[in-house]
Amino acid sequence: MIQKPKQETIALNGDEAVALAAKQCDVDVVAAYPITPQTIIVEKFSEYVANGEVQTEFVCTESEHSAMTACLAAAATGARTFTASASAGLALMHEMLFVTSGFRAPVVMAIANRALSAPLNIHGDQSDSMAERDSGWIQIYVENAQEAYDSIIQAFKIAEDTEVSLPVIVGLDGFTISHTLENVSVFGDDPIKQFVGERQLPMVFTHEGKTVPYKLDPENPMTMGPNASPNYYFEFKRQQEEGMRNALKKIQEVNSEYSKLSGRSYGDGLLDTYSLDDAEIAIVVVGSTAGTLKVIVDQLRQEGVKAGVLRIRTFRPFPVEQLRSALKNVKTVAVMDKAMSFGGFGGAVFNEVRNALYDAEAHPTIVNYIFGLGGRDAKPRELRKIYDDLLQVNKTGNVGEPVRYLGLME
Amino acid sequence: MTTQEWKFTAKDIASKPDLFLSGHRACAGCGPASTLRLIMKATRGPTIVTQATGCMEIVGSIYPYTSWALPWLHTAFENAAANASGIDAALKIMRKKGKIKQEHIDIIALAGDGGTCDIGLQALSGAVERGHDFLFILYDNEGYMNTGIQRSSSTPTGAATTTTPAGKVIPGKLEKKKPITEIMLAHDMPYVATATAYYWKDMLTKVRKGLEVEGPAFLHVFAPCPRGWRTEPSKTMEYSKLSVETCVFPVWEAVNGKRQLSTPSKLIQLAPQKKRPVKDYLAGQGRFRHLFTPQNQHIMDEMQRLTDENWQRLTQKCEPA
Repeated sequence: MIQKPKQETIALNGDEAVALAAKQCDVDVVAAYPITPQTIIVEKFSEYVANGEVQTEFVCTESEHSAMTACLAAAATGARTFTASASAGLALMHEMLFVTSGFRAPVVMAIANRALSAPLNIHGDQSDSMAERDSGWIQIYVENAQEAYDSIIQAFKIAEDTEVSLPVIVGLDGFTISHTLENVSVFGDDPIKQFVGERQLPMVFTHEGKTVPYKLDPENPMTMGPNASPNYYFEFKRQQEEGMRNALKKIQEVNSEYSKLSGRSYGDGLLDTYSLDDAEIAIVVVGSTAGTLKVIVDQLRQEGVKAGVLRIRTFRPFPVEQLRSALKNVKTVAVMDKAMSFGGFGGAVFNEVRNALYDAEAHPTIVNYIFGLGGRDAKPRELRKIYDDLLQVNKTGNVGEPVRYLGLME
Repeated sequence: MTTQEWKFTAKDIASKPDLFLSGHRACAGCGPASTLRLIMKATRGPTIVTQATGCMEIVGSIYPYTSWALPWLHTAFENAAANASGIDAALKIMRKKGKIKQEHIDIIALAGDGGTCDIGLQALSGAVERGHDFLFILYDNEGYMNTGIQRSSSTPTGAATTTTPAGKVIPGKLEKKKPITEIMLAHDMPYVATATAYYWKDMLTKVRKGLEVEGPAFLHVFAPCPRGWRTEPSKTMEYSKLSVETCVFPVWEAVNGKRQLSTPSKLIQLAPQKKRPVKDYLAGQGRFRHLFTPQNQHIMDEMQRLTDENWQRLTQKCEPA
């Protein structure tokens, strides 16, 4: 029986909550480069370092490419590592994201989700990390500052599990979460340090038949980052996918373990549902917009409309089975995408959801709403209109245009 | 520094086990491969090596084999110095937290001229500015040899490469070689030196000094590439020697910014008649073959002029012995 440690409610914005969580996880190395709207994270963390509140080597790199490289190299040396980025910074890391996941390095990175240029825009949407969905990183998107705090803590436990051994992105909507002050319940340092524990290294076999930790170690010299011919490369990639499969289970376990400590859980850790059990219409969404949708659903329920929300918390690995089960009774679904997939049939989330439901016994009708690009607000009345649209589709059976734009001036 | 008395002898070298092992897949006569094997003889204790993508990275780490008897890390092309930064940061904090037992672990970052002077320059400049404790070794074979002999900023004037071919209108590379050591010296770093494998005692001493320095050290090693230079594999060391004798690649070191010519180049300074014409170095190199024609004589003249000018400028910058 875990003794529940004390929590304190303080006012933090999402970035500050992330920095505090990373500090409490006793990170060894942070290598980072500032970029709006992530900057507060590295500024806050620098304060912890400057005031001796954390035992961390902070490397102010000259670019995000080097930030991710240094995190990977530090992780390969056995250290627990953390970084944060957004938008153009994440795009500059692109190459190293694949290398990091290919190394099975458990780097944790907060992404304060922001639009990509051009035109230049510093505001929130999810174009940056959605574009990295095939980079081999676990992706967890949060709804608010509280979840940002909780998810960073959980991320280290997930990433460093030796059956997973994969890097994790925790995505928080730029400005909406990163810069908005909220009440956040936080622990002291010790319970978190204890919850996360010391980093465990996967054990590997040497040619001499020894079992040694997977790291750069003069006592057990290891060649890390070799080149693999067509005879071997494919197997490396297949094993990486195995780590993703294992993560599905681990994310749920950690969510439940953490809820015992904190009293907070986020659905099953993969999907967070709201009024969905008997819902006839539902909106599937990623990130902070779920908060507004929940308020609207409460109103609709009072009006007797059977509406629900499904928030995808874990986008990679994508929880196919869980999604099918969650939407099995819903007649009509709108999927919201806060990013474009140019030239594709709808956005990335729409594609995943539609794909997952293809083999489901009962298909809901599915439409896609692209919204919020470059920080455009999703107003409650606009979101309410989506439910009205879904009711209309339900009534008439006429889907109309399957890919729609919300709040667009046309 | 305590290296002043350090003397590497042939016996020392022969008796020390190899750390860059045979069985790698470098070409016959590969200058960088011989250089690496020698360089690793100058290590002094626990060492981690990190390498940029390139010929020497590929040939020694073809899974499931390895030529590295040291812990070795490769992540990408442009970031050898950023790898070193991450390793350095991790070692520092983990030692403080009691998670590693070794009192000190040396870090060597290796890269070719592409991974140093071009795509890797930003990461290198950043890591040096931050003062990480590592030795960065550039093995300069004057081109992108791994991808099939393309021009780099370190390719010398007049050389034909596959992206600066000796054509009817353009006779090879027209631009100058990037002065990478001057750029590194401008970082005000504690140790910068040049070396080449023919003068192996000089080279190994500089490797050792670079390791013993606290903070970043940079060593520019000139390493002939028979495939890229179109030279006889048996003549690699000869070209290494000629590069110094013609003053195309003088050897020197700068400790805390104070620069001195090293013995092989010092001897030429003291006896200028020993300085051989650049033509002797260019002869027999296929990449310069097109220069031995009347219409390209002016390029050869220009190369001699550039070499003389650089040599004069260098000697002015050096402190008297």
